[in-house]
Amino acid sequence: MRNRLGFALQLAVTLLVAAFLVVPVAMSMLAGVTANFFVGVSSGLTLRWVGEVWRLYAATIGLSMTIALACVAATLALGVPAAYVLARRPGRVSRAIEEVLTLPLAIPGLALALALIITWGGFRDFRTGWGFVLVGHVLYTLPFMVRAVLAVLSATAMRDLEEGAASLGAGFWTRLATVVIPNARGGIVAGALMVLTLSVGEFNLTWMLHTPHTKTLPVGLADSYASMRLEIASAYTLLFFIMIVPLLVAMQAMSRTRRTAGPVEELPPCRPLPSN
Amino acid sequence: MSNRDLPRLVLLAVPAGAFALAFFLVPLARLAAAAAGGPKGLAAYASVVTEPRHFESMMATLALAVGVTAATLVLATVAGLFLSRHAFPGRGALVAVLTLPLAFPGVVVGFLVIMLGGRQGVIGGLTEALGAGRLVFAYSLAGLFVGYLYFSIPRVILTVMASAEKLDPALEEAARSLGASRARVLKDVVLPGLAPGLTAAGAICFATAMGAFGTAFALAANIEVLPMTIYTEFTLNANIAAAGALSLVLGAVTWAALYAARSLAGPPVAAAA
Amino acid sequence: MSSTPIQLSRCGKTFADGTRALAPLDLEIAAGETVVLLGPSGCGKTTLLRLIAGLESPDPGGTVRFDGEDVTALPIERRAVGMVFQSYALFPNMSVRDNVAYGLKVRRLPKGEIAARTEEMLEMMAIAPLAGRRVHQLSGGQRQRVALARAIAVRPRVLLLDEPLAALDAVLRDRLRVEIDALLRRLAITAVYVTHDQAEAMMLGDRIVVMSGGRIEQAGTAREIYRAPATPFVAGFVGTVSRVADLAGGEALLRPEDIEICAVAEGRIAATVETAHFLGGRCQVTLSGPDGGRLIAEAPPDAAPPVGARVGLRWRDAAVIRIPLMEAAQ
Repeated sequence: MRNRLGFALQLAVTLLVAAFLVVPVAMSMLAGVTANFFVGVSSGLTLRWVGEVWRLYAATIGLSMTIALACVAATLALGVPAAYVLARRPGRVSRAIEEVLTLPLAIPGLALALALIITWGGFRDFRTGWGFVLVGHVLYTLPFMVRAVLAVLSATAMRDLEEGAASLGAGFWTRLATVVIPNARGGIVAGALMVLTLSVGEFNLTWMLHTPHTKTLPVGLADSYASMRLEIASAYTLLFFIMIVPLLVAMQAMSRTRRTAGPVEELPPCRPLPSN
Repeated sequence: MSNRDLPRLVLLAVPAGAFALAFFLVPLARLAAAAAGGPKGLAAYASVVTEPRHFESMMATLALAVGVTAATLVLATVAGLFLSRHAFPGRGALVAVLTLPLAFPGVVVGFLVIMLGGRQGVIGGLTEALGAGRLVFAYSLAGLFVGYLYFSIPRVILTVMASAEKLDPALEEAARSLGASRARVLKDVVLPGLAPGLTAAGAICFATAMGAFGTAFALAANIEVLPMTIYTEFTLNANIAAAGALSLVLGAVTWAALYAARSLAGPPVAAAA
Repeated sequence: MSSTPIQLSRCGKTFADGTRALAPLDLEIAAGETVVLLGPSGCGKTTLLRLIAGLESPDPGGTVRFDGEDVTALPIERRAVGMVFQSYALFPNMSVRDNVAYGLKVRRLPKGEIAARTEEMLEMMAIAPLAGRRVHQLSGGQRQRVALARAIAVRPRVLLLDEPLAALDAVLRDRLRVEIDALLRRLAITAVYVTHDQAEAMMLGDRIVVMSGGRIEQAGTAREIYRAPATPFVAGFVGTVSRVADLAGGEALLRPEDIEICAVAEGRIAATVETAHFLGGRCQVTLSGPDGGRLIAEAPPDAAPPVGARVGLRWRDAAVIRIPLMEAAQ
């Protein structure tokens, strides 16, 4: 009997938490397509606000996509080799390098942005282009890529595979291209998805680094929250959800399949630290 | 296979190393120097203690972060344990719902808090319908608390579920075979088993709450939390030294929290996260 | 297939953290010979194999020679060895066929030759029907065969096997042991095989190298090692021995099958039966001897003495294994 009660209580807490997470999302989505939110849904549904957002903010969406893709490319180029080095040479030096590479996670985005502005703000062309925002995003997302890839690469199975390839005559670069990278695919894809998601939603650094010509989606969102009517802000948020939710769902699906996948892919799910 | 590859490995590490040097280590050093180069010199670093406004801001931020961490751990442990222990129709959907907001940015979370507790919020509507007057809490410390809770819960639930799956069921069965009640099993076996995961998740939760900026910004509230203070010092007062010193102190606090958790929980957060 | 002799001289291995896995040792392996490295875990047998493979380098002063050629400085990928790993290390991103062909592709052989040799290997190891499958779709025994096929497809100078049967269950292990034995005879290739299983070692090895604590205890044929163990460790690790008092000084050891149970009056010593276990073809009898020491003897399956009985034990002098005092003291 006590057992029943316990079950019901836990279920209630769980459902309440779920409602807490879902209700505001649903409300904001609804508000984005409601003619007048103050009056309520009875005022009718409309795509007018979405159209308005598109007219005002389409450029921010495009720029966010561009930066996010560039960020994935950059973290792949920088992070995958670095993770391989860390996996191949575990030791005190590697530990220190890993600490430095993951340190940007512990330091608030505001501090990172200030540091970047103080150091690089004088380079006018760099400061005013979207490359400056990109650098901030790479700085913040690189640890996630390194961790996701490092987790797969440091599995003992991976060392065995590489030794197997070496025993068959494969040299350093051949092993890397034919065995290491293809079998780290799970971690690489997971890392890339994570980087994409985090870059699209990054605000802390971006708010400090952006210029009027390099506004990203979250910067535009903050802008609309401050200055637009609730329906437009909601419609804009709705567009953001449409962009980010598929990425989050894909990430969830990945961590599920990874849990049931083969010997090399036995890595724990990677949890992002949102930039809030 | 080991030593002969060293030159190639160094080559592979160069890009990331150069990036970290140019855009992280050097800027951080410049920031530290700029903070100490203001009119107050090195004393700028002590301003969290010496300057009343900064001190209050630091205390408010710490209290908020500790409160959010504690509330999140309780709620997420209940929900996470429940979800990992019971199979029922709709469980998958519930898990998806509870973990989906994982990477919502802080600004958006701020907006969602306005949806809940703003002037046209759903909770205000409810309290008004109940005849208790319109409850508006979004633009205060309470709004910030709710927002931080919002983005902390999904991550801790995930950690709890992952840790619970790794618990050896035989341990619980052994405890029960020795006569332990359900409550005893929870206290003696389950919670200690979850402790490392909870410690790590709690530390991340605390660190995120300390440094969060977007939510406070979106709520546009008159809440002096440290990141807002830093932002104000930098943009309105153009006081780079103060902003720099405060952000480095904030960084040191969050890093220390993460480091402490890592030492406590045993395996590095990197391996658990 | 070519067969290559291997000479190790002064090969020791100390790891970066200071652990000494291997004391400097010499070992010669003849062309075409199968040598089994046998010992408990942590004895250095896998480290020795990895030194031969080129996955580890010996401490300064040690050399590894293949057919007289000094290969100490060559990494594994340039030593032309074939290796079967305990985990098999099959590439999950490739099919069975691509796994087998991998070494040939890396060597940039002509396409036609790669295809022909791959098919030949698949046929030889009876895995042709599995050629298109992925590694995760294979059973343990099938993986084992693919690993073997992949290692020998490149026609290595030396075949190295690191506990290749350890991951399999007993029945499969017995069957594959027979197959590997036949394969090694057929290929007449120089092979080094690591195991901790004495039955595997005795069946496969032309010569067995028994190792303990990073050194070689004894190298010899299965018969030599069983009949004339050089150290108490070897005597105890390969087979079972009972200790009896030896008038000549030093250890006198007896194998269970050499101790005969008889009437007290007929025995050289008297003992009390403690346990008797029926094992099918024989009974294993544990006894306590005159000085309280434990003795293990064998009895015919249906003629085991009852527990608690006083019996005599006798043995032929020729059956006594003697280990010189000096060795025994070590």
